[in-house]
Amino acid sequence: MSSWAPHLPVLQVVVPLMTAPLAVLMPDRRLAWALATAASICALAIAIALVGDVREQGTVVYEVGSWAPPYGIALGVDAMSALLLLVVAGASTLGLLASATSLPGEIEPQRQPQFYAAWLLSLAGLSGILVTADAFNIFVFMEISSLSAYVLIAGGPDKRALPSVFKYLAMGTIGATFYLIGVGLVYMMTGTLNLADMEQRLATVGDVKPILVAAGFITVGLALKAAVFPLHVWLPNAYTYAPNVVTVFLAACATKISIYILIRFDFFVFQGNLTAHDWQFSYFLMPLAILGILVASMVAIFETHLKRLLAWSSVAQIGYIILGASLISVTGLTASMLHMFNHAIAKGTAFLAIACLALSISSLDIRNIAGVARHMPWTMAAFVVAGLSLIGVPGTAGFISKWYLIKAALEMGDLAFPLIAVILIGSVMAVIYVWRVVESAYFGNADAGMSGATIKEAPLAILIPTWIAVMLNVWFGLAPALPVELSTRAAELLMGHMP
Amino acid sequence: MEYLGLYNYWIAVVLLMTGFYAVVAKRNMVKKLIGLSLFQAAVFLMYITMGKVDGGTAPIYTAAGGEQIFSNPLPQVLILTAIVVGISTTALGLAIVVRTKEEYGTIEEDEIQQIDEHTSGGQQ
Repeated sequence: MSSWAPHLPVLQVVVPLMTAPLAVLMPDRRLAWALATAASICALAIAIALVGDVREQGTVVYEVGSWAPPYGIALGVDAMSALLLLVVAGASTLGLLASATSLPGEIEPQRQPQFYAAWLLSLAGLSGILVTADAFNIFVFMEISSLSAYVLIAGGPDKRALPSVFKYLAMGTIGATFYLIGVGLVYMMTGTLNLADMEQRLATVGDVKPILVAAGFITVGLALKAAVFPLHVWLPNAYTYAPNVVTVFLAACATKISIYILIRFDFFVFQGNLTAHDWQFSYFLMPLAILGILVASMVAIFETHLKRLLAWSSVAQIGYIILGASLISVTGLTASMLHMFNHAIAKGTAFLAIACLALSISSLDIRNIAGVARHMPWTMAAFVVAGLSLIGVPGTAGFISKWYLIKAALEMGDLAFPLIAVILIGSVMAVIYVWRVVESAYFGNADAGMSGATIKEAPLAILIPTWIAVMLNVWFGLAPALPVELSTRAAELLMGHMP
Repeated sequence: MEYLGLYNYWIAVVLLMTGFYAVVAKRNMVKKLIGLSLFQAAVFLMYITMGKVDGGTAPIYTAAGGEQIFSNPLPQVLILTAIVVGISTTALGLAIVVRTKEEYGTIEEDEIQQIDEHTSGGQQ
């Protein structure tokens, strides 16, 4: 095993990438599922091992083919990527475990091997973005993960999945191409694609105008991919009409990985080299984050479709993540990292509970789940915990990140009061939209909904992954040492690049 | 004259904006995809242009040796990858268009929207 250890960063990508074509060849859907799940568990094990390495020795660097950077392509795993590797591999594993029960109702058996192949490619792409230290590699992995995500969403049983995925494809491609333009401009001025090398060479570039344009293209392109508030229009429908387990996976990680690139690129490459860039970064993103929190939460309050309600809540939560980053302080970035981790757990759990619900309830409308908690107590209890975590109630994971966010806001002097007000108003709005679901499920009149006889508790095979996720919510709410340590280290790493 | 000398970049910018306009303004799905391809092609052109050195040739060492000027091959390699990505995107987009035509009987986004509003009265 020791001879494998140095190759962990590349194995993180290679394992799912190589398993994907094998999954297509599987004659039976069960075999394909078993293969995909095994690969995903393997990826999770690698991610956990990498977290261990990062905690011991800091950044783990891997030179692909032993070619030294900047000529060779380097992979690098630091605290920031290790934290998100856990999220990606964990969400994929829980989603796949749940898919054994949830998927047969949504996708025909003969198409399932292809579905699992696309899932593995998406996992490989998302992990690839996290481990690589090369700007162009990020683009390629981003497109691998996005293209397979389009396929996954288009597999949804509702025909409305098709126009929504087309919109996602058009906007996602524009976002990725913007990023490509930005990387091209930086390459034109520096002649390198390695992020660390870029930062050093940028210092010697005389004319910073192309670099400013590049910063603009990269920020807007990635904000589009990350569904930052006014650029979020692809998200609600794409999440709503995707197969339920796909929503679990994508809601937990897809947009966060784009935010990861956005933050990493900006801090590692631009902040140290552009004058007043911290100011531009903050003043561009902070208003969008605040608007996102308030407007998206408001829409969620009036939404009646459960999945779309949670999707709008995702847009609001992305606002919190961006808000933390836009404060440009160690505490703010810690809060941002923590919220990526904790929101992934909370929203993953919520969508897993929805996947359980969907097994018994044909139409996921808030009026149709009246009184359902009497028939599905475990499912609804899971949803309640996820909801509490989304709100940020003490004892759940969501509380920890909101706490850090408020701490970061307190450091802002004059801005402290309005920022805290926004965070608290956003949380109160979360209480309202979560409560509407809970009220209908627990106190709604069952007769008004569907006939109670057909509704029964979800099978154990899907309740177990759901409750693992619930336990994670509580575990990281009570013992947040690991994510807090990794987030703090990531934030210090990022702030180390400030001029 | 200095600006005319950079005509490749101007072409790239014009193509970029034409493609972008088509993606945003057109309501037909195939036209949107054409715009998207144009949009990507503009970026390819930009990359190839910046790798070109005046009087430079392909970076191959010949027996003659001596001083030679080479164009930068790396942007071309990068764009080869980006072209593959672009083709995959277009192929996937067209596949979605075909599926949409099968399900809705139209590829005009306005008509699709009407059909959706019609059917989504009570269900889901």
